Amino acid sequence: MALDHATVRRIAALARIRVEDGQVDHLCQELNGIFGWIEQLNEVDVTGIAPLAGAAHLSAALRADVVTDGGYADKVLSNAPDRIGAFYAVPKVVE
Amino acid sequence: MTVLTDLTIAQARDSLRAKAFSAVELTRAHLAGIDTLNPRLNAYITTTAENALAQAQKADAALAAGEHGALTGIPLAIKDLFCTEGVRTTAGSNILSPFVPPYESTVTANLLRDGAVFLGKTNMDEFAMGSSNMTSAYGPVENPWKRRQDDTAVLVPGGSSGGSAAAVAARIAMGATGTDTGGSIRQPASFCGLVGVKPTYGRCSRWGVVAFASSLDHPGPFARTVLDSAILLRSMSGHDPRDSTSAATTVPDFEAACARGVKGLRIGVPAEYRADGMPTEIEALWQQGLSWLREAGAEIVDVSLPHTKYGLGTYYIVAPAEASSNLARYDGVRFGARTDGTDLRDLYERTRAQGFGPEVQRRIMIGTYVLSAGYYDAYYLKAQKIRALILKDFTDAFAKVDALLTPTAPSAAFAQGENMDDPIKMYLNDVFTVPANLAGVPAASVPAGLDSNGLPLGLQIIAKPFDEETMFAVAAAVERAAGFTALPAIRAGG
Repeated sequence: MALDHATVRRIAALARIRVEDGQVDHLCQELNGIFGWIEQLNEVDVTGIAPLAGAAHLSAALRADVVTDGGYADKVLSNAPDRIGAFYAVPKVVE
Repeated sequence: MTVLTDLTIAQARDSLRAKAFSAVELTRAHLAGIDTLNPRLNAYITTTAENALAQAQKADAALAAGEHGALTGIPLAIKDLFCTEGVRTTAGSNILSPFVPPYESTVTANLLRDGAVFLGKTNMDEFAMGSSNMTSAYGPVENPWKRRQDDTAVLVPGGSSGGSAAAVAARIAMGATGTDTGGSIRQPASFCGLVGVKPTYGRCSRWGVVAFASSLDHPGPFARTVLDSAILLRSMSGHDPRDSTSAATTVPDFEAACARGVKGLRIGVPAEYRADGMPTEIEALWQQGLSWLREAGAEIVDVSLPHTKYGLGTYYIVAPAEASSNLARYDGVRFGARTDGTDLRDLYERTRAQGFGPEVQRRIMIGTYVLSAGYYDAYYLKAQKIRALILKDFTDAFAKVDALLTPTAPSAAFAQGENMDDPIKMYLNDVFTVPANLAGVPAASVPAGLDSNGLPLGLQIIAKPFDEETMFAVAAAVERAAGFTALPAIRAGG
């Protein structure tokens, strides 16, 4: 299943990456090359196999559902590109 | 006269304790090497000479008081993916160019607890996505090794931890941290004639390490000897409640395991690692490695890992999927670089188009697609099932053997600009390393020989989950037999 230009634009929009018109064709070719290569996975029979997300040799860690950290807004905001007081600042989102 | 930058960590540690020289002298020798060589190699993105000297002075005070830790006074390089409090951490990306973490990663905090000195932050492929260090926003890194017949070619150090590997090889750090998501420690170790270790998933905390693909990311060490890598890994490891996938198991004495020997061990040879088109030199080195282990008393056993060939395809679904999710946090609002836009959405889109390089954008888009409605089952779920089969391959093999021996990479270091025309060509570098990431099993690369160009080649040892001790025992046996003494052309004190 080859990706067309509209699909590439849709993926870029979902990923919040601006793609210029002149880039779409090249991106389309590259992604199709990679997905074409990945098609080899269709050879594998996975009937009845449970998916593995990772951390196969570990058991899930549990902890108490309590606040254990925080109270330093200035530290948290120290890398903000723009801020107003204890808030992140962004372009106006409501009229 | 001892060249301080030539010492191993174990030698320097013992000499510091014996007061043969001071930690400040040792650090100064490395800083001088950085001044001379880093403008050419570009191994460090950021150097922290003042911090390093202050840490070295503290180390000397501790040594004088007899209160030394495992790494007191040892100068190390830190991959620029580990957050370091008050020291800029870029992940090799423009989007993090202004980022100064207000906290210290667990792994680097462990090293500091043990007295290490940090020389600076090393170059890397952007967000650890690459096998050549060519995707860094801070420029490529030169491999300190040169081709014998063509010393004008500038070779890559491998990647993604290319700066760490180049720094340790060029003796402008005694050891370094790296991270390995698909081979990013082992492949550069092989390319630069070093030992590189990717421990078991959960052995080293990921807290404070900039995330690429969380279920595949493994912090680990680079060093010039197996013993040094064992010393570093022991310090870096340990349970961390701040990482929910950190293993609550005790950390063994890896250093002691290096002396165990391999007598009576069963070493597996996976048939599927005999890739088509593999250079005969690499095949010959692999056979040589098996002979060494046989001579040292191990039994060599043929095994099969039938899903090996699907490792890379599986990886290129799972890793981008996790990356697209992890990298969603770079939005130009909370931290990192921002490109202004007409509204919030435009700000996000311009920030990410400007801040991420082409490889990172490509992988985010692959990940976004395989997780999108209608494609999740066909790609992501299917890949997770094949991942289960790849783990089963290892589990079945380890029912018969104690460890596996394979080549680390399908080639020696290539030149800058090679393998750049097609992303898949670059991805193929990781064909032998990716399966261990998918399965979470420990693996190390050890320099075992040189190719006809005089470039280093590594052999990979893969062991059972949480059995790094056997991995170190086999790695040390290969190291002893190989007697690898070749030196890179570009190095401090050389």
